[in-house]
Amino acid sequence: MAPPLELEINGQKYPAHSDPDTRLLTVLRDELGLTGTKYGCGEGQCGACTVLIGGSPRRSCQTPLGEVMQPITTIEGLEKDGHLHPIQQAFLDLEAFQCSYCTSGMIISSLALLAQKPNPSPTEIVQFMQGNICRCGTYPRIVNAIQQAAKSMEKQAR
Amino acid sequence: MSTVAKKFTHEPEPERYEFRELPIHHFALDRRDFFKFFGAGIIVFATAKDALAIQESGGAARQNHSDELPKEITAWLHIAEDGSVTAFTGKVEIGQNIRTSLAQTVADELRVPFESVRMVMGDTQLTPFDMGTFGSRTTPTMAAQLRRVASAARELLLQTAAKEWNTSPEKLVAANAKITEPATSRSTTYAALAQGKTLAQRIPDEDPVTPASQWTVAGKSTPKVNARAFVTGRHQYTSDLRPAGVLYGKILRPPSFGATMTSCDVGAAKKLPAAVVVHDGDFVGAAAPSETEAEEAVAAVRAQWKETPQPSSSELFAYLKQNVDTSERSDLTQTGSIATGLANAAHRLQASYTVAYIAHAPLEPRAAVAEWNDNKLTVWTGTQRPFATRDALAEAFHLAKENVRVIVPDTGSAYGGKHTPDAALEAARLARAAGKPVKIVWTREEEFTWAYFRPAGVIEIKSGIAADGTLTAWEFHNYNSGAAGIGTPYSVANQHIEFHPVRSPLRQGSYRGLAATANHFARESHMDDLAHAANMDPLDFRLKNIADPRLRAVFQAASKSFGWRARKTKPGQGFGIGGGIEKGGYVATCAEISTDDAGSAVRVVRVTTAFECGAIVNPDGLRNQIMGANIMGLGGALFEAMTFDGGRITNARFSRYRVPRFRDVPQMEIVLLDRKDIPSAGAGETPLVGLAPAIGNAIFNATGARRTTLPLAPRA
Repeated sequence: MAPPLELEINGQKYPAHSDPDTRLLTVLRDELGLTGTKYGCGEGQCGACTVLIGGSPRRSCQTPLGEVMQPITTIEGLEKDGHLHPIQQAFLDLEAFQCSYCTSGMIISSLALLAQKPNPSPTEIVQFMQGNICRCGTYPRIVNAIQQAAKSMEKQAR
Repeated sequence: MSTVAKKFTHEPEPERYEFRELPIHHFALDRRDFFKFFGAGIIVFATAKDALAIQESGGAARQNHSDELPKEITAWLHIAEDGSVTAFTGKVEIGQNIRTSLAQTVADELRVPFESVRMVMGDTQLTPFDMGTFGSRTTPTMAAQLRRVASAARELLLQTAAKEWNTSPEKLVAANAKITEPATSRSTTYAALAQGKTLAQRIPDEDPVTPASQWTVAGKSTPKVNARAFVTGRHQYTSDLRPAGVLYGKILRPPSFGATMTSCDVGAAKKLPAAVVVHDGDFVGAAAPSETEAEEAVAAVRAQWKETPQPSSSELFAYLKQNVDTSERSDLTQTGSIATGLANAAHRLQASYTVAYIAHAPLEPRAAVAEWNDNKLTVWTGTQRPFATRDALAEAFHLAKENVRVIVPDTGSAYGGKHTPDAALEAARLARAAGKPVKIVWTREEEFTWAYFRPAGVIEIKSGIAADGTLTAWEFHNYNSGAAGIGTPYSVANQHIEFHPVRSPLRQGSYRGLAATANHFARESHMDDLAHAANMDPLDFRLKNIADPRLRAVFQAASKSFGWRARKTKPGQGFGIGGGIEKGGYVATCAEISTDDAGSAVRVVRVTTAFECGAIVNPDGLRNQIMGANIMGLGGALFEAMTFDGGRITNARFSRYRVPRFRDVPQMEIVLLDRKDIPSAGAGETPLVGLAPAIGNAIFNATGARRTTLPLAPRA
């Protein structure tokens, strides 16, 4: 058996024994038990499986394990010392979910957006988030949550 | 075991809510067992007879079930020695936020802080029998039941305190988890009263409950109880469960609907070292330590199939008209005479409408984890019908119901799509063979193909109005899509309203709002054309024919807030209105659309929905449901439709089946009418039924051309 690949996820090192062709989503969920990242479609169309790789949003269902060269951020990595990330807090405050199955992917995509554009307009949010599906239809609340998160992150940065 | 019954036939799922099964209560703990199980304290329980009485309608068949009932007891509420409250319900949380709204209700009636109430939901071993979470019944039925339960517990606490203080309960007050005697100012907590006790209270037949005008916890916006677990990714949906040693299952699917297996060779698959392969009747599947290995094993199965000719979506509506199922009784309501009504009409109209099959596409696909222990089976699965799933498992595996436990983790939505036990049966069959727990998560393609669909339908209407716009005749025929919302809320002396069951070419079943969407689309589109024929404003025409003050109120509220009387200012702009009554809820929706010159591109610019469902339990939760219903409804209104050919779904992916996304969302305004004097109705479904006709009517208003098909703008 080939030696395991080493992944850095949320600042921690993990050995991954799966075959390099295995989708990152499967490795995260089935091998490493990081089930916060969800399966929704397996074709990169719904965004439920979004993670950051080297800071960029990637569909983990479309990413073979062997191609992962940079550190990964998943939903499990956002809460620090019992404090929610401002994006998580904003989703919570505005109840920007119903069944919440899309929420991990929404929050990770929002994180990528706010890293690129700390103060996005509603149109920019819609454009960036277009690849994420919320079948329950909470989109307007998600847009508001991203704007609220942007404000509180700006405050934190000051 | 002969076969796990996998019904890939065209047998329709029950489209109406009255499932004709007996509720069978097996949770036969006696009172001492309750306390062994839950700890000391105070319990409110019901005998099975009580439980029957509170279950949904359609109970006629159940009345012959009473002989052995008194022995069977279910617990509804437990107050522990530390004062914590646990309430039990067979309902399930699928995103509609009832874990929160039911806890509000219990807290309100028991007079305890919201935070002290925990709901145990959808667990066939712990919760009282429940038919299922559908039909917008949780709020009108289950919330009312839990109020009676909490009221009974409060009464018991009052009596207990009165006994200890040697006074009478009428002199005591229950508030904020305490019993107080105002005259003496002495006070004791519920926790103290529960200390060392094993008190049980049966639910009385009638119990006074708190009117909505006096609610303190209910009636207020309350955040989702376990929301933090969702924003951190910690909540475990069924598909996230990983019991020790779990294997991943995959099922061999037929190549097309109606295909039957003629031969099957699993030899090569069985040679793969990692996989457990099961071939049992028409069930073929494999379980392995990884999904990939399970997929490889299923791919190694060599099966031959006999396919049969199947209708395609291009010929669907003719097919539906030609395949009326005369063995099923049609559903007919008739008053007066259509012939007379038409003869007396100044304008007559006749039109036909069609509605496509659409998919629920819940973002969490069907999933189940099954685990056998000796001859006992536990299945975790995202289902709307945990008890029916338990019964199906017991039947398939020849087990006593007591030996099957179904647990429903809060689920990644359902919308009426998770009534069937398929994934549970599949996981259980594989787990039995493997001797290890097995998890099944359907792929998106399986979800789009092997689940079931919202029924397609053809609706034909013949109508007449007098010169002043009064309706004189209303003849309405619905083929296949269903009877929900089929009755007209408008006053018409002469009516013939009929639902015709059809042998559906695709597997079909419940969907959020059921056929109310189709029936409202046809009716409200037709009403719009009648208004046009009468040369009346569509709102005025409706108001002229509505007697029900609650329906008038939502039409007036929606149109006022929308600015219905405002003039259009831009070319291609259109305003439309639609609404109705369904499941005790009243809705009116106004929509503004814009189109290009050809009318092919349609954009919904703005939507105003006025909704009234009696006393509102959780205003913020209700707004979320109404907004979600409308956004989900945009898909079915504008562009969602299953396409199929040769027994194969040809758009079984999100890349081919368009669902509403961020960019599709219009400006939305929600107007809530809170009627504290009227019992609360459910609200997860009805808010969406006015949307499609409002959009269709807005397109007519913009273009002068009537669209009679759902979806209205498939290429939009």
